[in-house]
Amino acid sequence: MDLFHDLFFDYTLRTVALGAATLGIVSGSLGTYAVLRGQSLLGDAVSHAALPGIALAFMLTGSKAPLVLVVGAALAGWVGTLAVMAIVRRSRIPFDAALGIVLSVFFGFGLVLLVVIQRLPGGNQAGLDKFLFGQAAALVTRDVAVMAVLGAAALGAALVFWKEFKLLAFDEEFGAALGLPMRRLDVALTTLLVIAIVIGLQTVGVVLMSAMLIAPASSARQWTDRLGLMMGLAAFFGALAGVSGAVLSATTEHLPTGPTIVLCAGVLVVVSLGLAPRRGLVAAWLRARRNRTNLREIGVLEDLYTLALQHPDDPYHPHPVATLQTMTARPESVTPGLDALAERRLVEPRDEGWALTEQGLSAARVFARYVKEEV
Amino acid sequence: MTQAQLEIQLIAATVAAACALPGVFLVLRRVSLMSDAISHAILPGLVLAFFVTEDLASPLLIVAAAATGVLTVVLIEALNRTGRVKEDAAIGLVFPLLFSIGVILIARFASGVHLDVDAVLLGELAFAPFNRFVVGGTDLGPQALWVMGPILALNLAFLAVFFKEIKLSTFDAGLAAALGFAPGALHYGLMALVSVTAVGAFDAVGSVLVVALMIAPPATAYLLTDRLTTMLGLSALVGVASAVGGYWAAHALDTSIAGAMATGCGVLFALAFAFAPERGMVAMARRRCAQRRSFAEKMLAVHLLHHENTPQEDRECRVPHLQEHLRWTHDFARLAVDAAERDGYVLRRADRLALTASGRVYAQESMVD
Repeated sequence: MDLFHDLFFDYTLRTVALGAATLGIVSGSLGTYAVLRGQSLLGDAVSHAALPGIALAFMLTGSKAPLVLVVGAALAGWVGTLAVMAIVRRSRIPFDAALGIVLSVFFGFGLVLLVVIQRLPGGNQAGLDKFLFGQAAALVTRDVAVMAVLGAAALGAALVFWKEFKLLAFDEEFGAALGLPMRRLDVALTTLLVIAIVIGLQTVGVVLMSAMLIAPASSARQWTDRLGLMMGLAAFFGALAGVSGAVLSATTEHLPTGPTIVLCAGVLVVVSLGLAPRRGLVAAWLRARRNRTNLREIGVLEDLYTLALQHPDDPYHPHPVATLQTMTARPESVTPGLDALAERRLVEPRDEGWALTEQGLSAARVFARYVKEEV
Repeated sequence: MTQAQLEIQLIAATVAAACALPGVFLVLRRVSLMSDAISHAILPGLVLAFFVTEDLASPLLIVAAAATGVLTVVLIEALNRTGRVKEDAAIGLVFPLLFSIGVILIARFASGVHLDVDAVLLGELAFAPFNRFVVGGTDLGPQALWVMGPILALNLAFLAVFFKEIKLSTFDAGLAAALGFAPGALHYGLMALVSVTAVGAFDAVGSVLVVALMIAPPATAYLLTDRLTTMLGLSALVGVASAVGGYWAAHALDTSIAGAMATGCGVLFALAFAFAPERGMVAMARRRCAQRRSFAEKMLAVHLLHHENTPQEDRECRVPHLQEHLRWTHDFARLAVDAAERDGYVLRRADRLALTASGRVYAQESMVD
């Protein structure tokens, strides 16, 4: 109960948890588009590319106000994205290499600037390098307010252009055919993504930010095939990972916040991949097993039907197990198959062996016709 | 130039060359971001090996980190094969997770040791010469050189031995598999090589800038040549050039050497992107311009031929009319007419245009194409 008390009344924990939740909601819901459009790693490039923007914003204004730094980060992230697109469109460099170049070169340049700032007389970079690794514990109310306002604006824009962005994600050509400005929409959605990234930098840092975009959306994808639901779930998973990571790291010594949040998001991915109802790996395995058993049962039923055809005057003539076993490549499956079929009243045991029931005969006829048509 | 300066440049150049060689194949095989994933994900392997050996210089660290790198690739591919997650998302899920585990391991069990996250992400080349390799009291040079030198040699040896196999599997994986060249084994071999190189380079330039050295020089070379061997040589050259250039830039500005090296890679790439002889922006723009002009000349010649000796000739074959008929702007029409006149296809008297004999042939040939 102490934990809940602290969550509401302890200033640091409350601020950090609120910040992490905001970040999770915004990056989770906008990350949905990144994952669906196959741009998962664009987030990684943008978050690295933001670094020189932060440094330049500080050098030009001398201010460390969150809004100034975030605007600088967003501008640089945006320039980085445009650079990636220009490289891909105007040369034969593939998309992934373009991402790698922009990511590392911008980051390197940002590092150069940071060290220059550090060595400027009077100017200290303290507070800037928290963008590198993220320092959730250093969040103050003002930071969270900036995050919340920017995040709400980005989410609001995503809702206003809901159907346009949906078209962009699923059928760009159709959107273009309808006369929608798809290129401009692409830039707009990317801009929203940039906003989602830069507001998270301060909490989880440059390296781990991309995971906050990808993990909640990838988890949500496993549970549903509907965009709206996926986005809502991703926001929920993002917030869940954010808050649980923040709380865990606050209550445990030597547990850095950013990596803990990412670890929580990772756990959600593993759970979703495993346990989601239809796409989950466990569900898929069960389904495959059931299909296999069904197929085996049908095999036994068909064999019995083949034998019944030998007795046109008495299709319910019983046959011994041994006969059925000679007819299949998997003799060991005959007895369990018969038992399962008997349970469904398709076959019945007699003194001399097993026989089809009336139901079994008609079922076998259906399958036989089906198989024949297939062949 | 002091000895320390020379040594730093030597280390930087070795790192750059060692990174560029496997990087060529990452770029060509479109798996560039595996370098990003591997260079981050090897952290937990490095930390665990450090717990065992308690020695940052132990070669076991490199082995463990390389194994973690290959494990990363296996994990990404396994996740991708489930069909639930696209490949790029799989990369983006696996490496931050492994990196997080590494950071948490350091924070919980190794705080206070030299192994801190700053060093891992950023590296510090300036301190490399202070770490000497001493055997029996004899100073054999900086340790980093003794790590990166053999790694460079290993990369060269791997390429020399498997050159034909790796070339074939890069450009035609299907044929390589059909001929029994085991593209899978080669792929993992390459990834192991990338991991080993990343671990070695890690210490000097940090994990993010390893990506710059592995991807940017090969991409630069890719814009300059179509031959694999030339590309390998050029990549190494570009890498070494940005390493040395970066060092002196950092020296002048008193800033991060690794950052300046990465910036140098970016500058060289941007130069190639703009000015590469065949594929640069400038070359492409000039080619487009030339094509437009030659097409306009053809249009003009065909137009004149079409109206030659017809009643409308007097009206159609005038410069102002071209603007109307061919929808050319005034300037463009003048440009086209000037070009055609220069090439001897067209004669101009005041506004009136007439084809020359060679212009007539040119127009007829243009229509046949």
